[in-house]
Amino acid sequence: MHELSVAQSIVDIVLQHLPKEDHVAVKSVGLRLGEMAGIVPDSLEFCFSAITQGTPLEGAALEIEHVPLTAHCNDCGVDGNIEPTLFACPSCGGRSLAILSGREMQVKDIEVEESEGIR
Amino acid sequence: MSVITIERKVLEKNDEVARQNRLLFAQHKIFAINVVSSPGAGKTSLLERTLEHFAGRVGVAVIEGDVQTDIDAQRVAKYNVPAVQIVTRGGCHLEANLVHDALQNFDLTNVRLLIIENVGNLVCPSNYDLGEAMKIVVASTTEGDDKPLKYPAMFRNSSVLIINKIDLLPYLNCNIGTLRANALRINPSLTVFETSCTTGAGIAEWANWLTARATSVNA
Repeated sequence: MHELSVAQSIVDIVLQHLPKEDHVAVKSVGLRLGEMAGIVPDSLEFCFSAITQGTPLEGAALEIEHVPLTAHCNDCGVDGNIEPTLFACPSCGGRSLAILSGREMQVKDIEVEESEGIR
Repeated sequence: MSVITIERKVLEKNDEVARQNRLLFAQHKIFAINVVSSPGAGKTSLLERTLEHFAGRVGVAVIEGDVQTDIDAQRVAKYNVPAVQIVTRGGCHLEANLVHDALQNFDLTNVRLLIIENVGNLVCPSNYDLGEAMKIVVASTTEGDDKPLKYPAMFRNSSVLIINKIDLLPYLNCNIGTLRANALRINPSLTVFETSCTTGAGIAEWANWLTARATSVNA
């Protein structure tokens, strides 16, 4: 259950990118999450909504782009999707794989809007 | 409504501190390992057996991660090696800055091998680089032979697998060949050791391998 500390890291990063002078509300946070990043999305969303209360991120949607586990097969040269429990090349069954994607955990972007009232 | 592009790694802060730790280890020629497993696989017992085998011949320092107690550090301190306990107070993994702070407690000039025992957990620690040279994953026979398939990230990110509690094999439905095959399927480059902390089987082989690795870094 490290989703709480991951959610906190996301909030810390987003806060650094908010315009200093303006009062803004974050509407959504775009996140890139690899299949093998070891994150449970439901748990992350729960933690995120809990720790953002009372911050400019309150109520923001977490928009998760799921990145599949893909690898380059050193045996047959094919790039393809890998089943995490099999860890074999989908084409030749080879085991010597160089992972191409699937470990991502990145904040992509945020959507902000000027908050009402205060100006 | 406007969009602000960010494109930053979520754990960049941890990765940066891990980089600093790695730099520090390189400066002091320290071989650092991050030992991970599920709770109760025998990390601390393995550490005790390893220190017993070293018998003071290797300059070792130990960082113990635990959720609540300092029992592990007390166990290790009996072997006359400098040991620091990090109590995470509920945290399920060690982070690079915790290790960085713990390092202030050691005189690193005499340390050749740093053993970091992570919190017992096969999920969370796999995301947090501590600056170690490699991760060592301990899987015990009592956990069954399918652990590598259930926690592929940890087995993929580790360089060494220690299969512990092999003395219990006659009493368990755990096939060590299957366990090995499952682990090597996830990560064909794993170096595998089989140990028992009760009988001492395999400890010398593992400890000698570790000494050789630490020495090659220090050479």
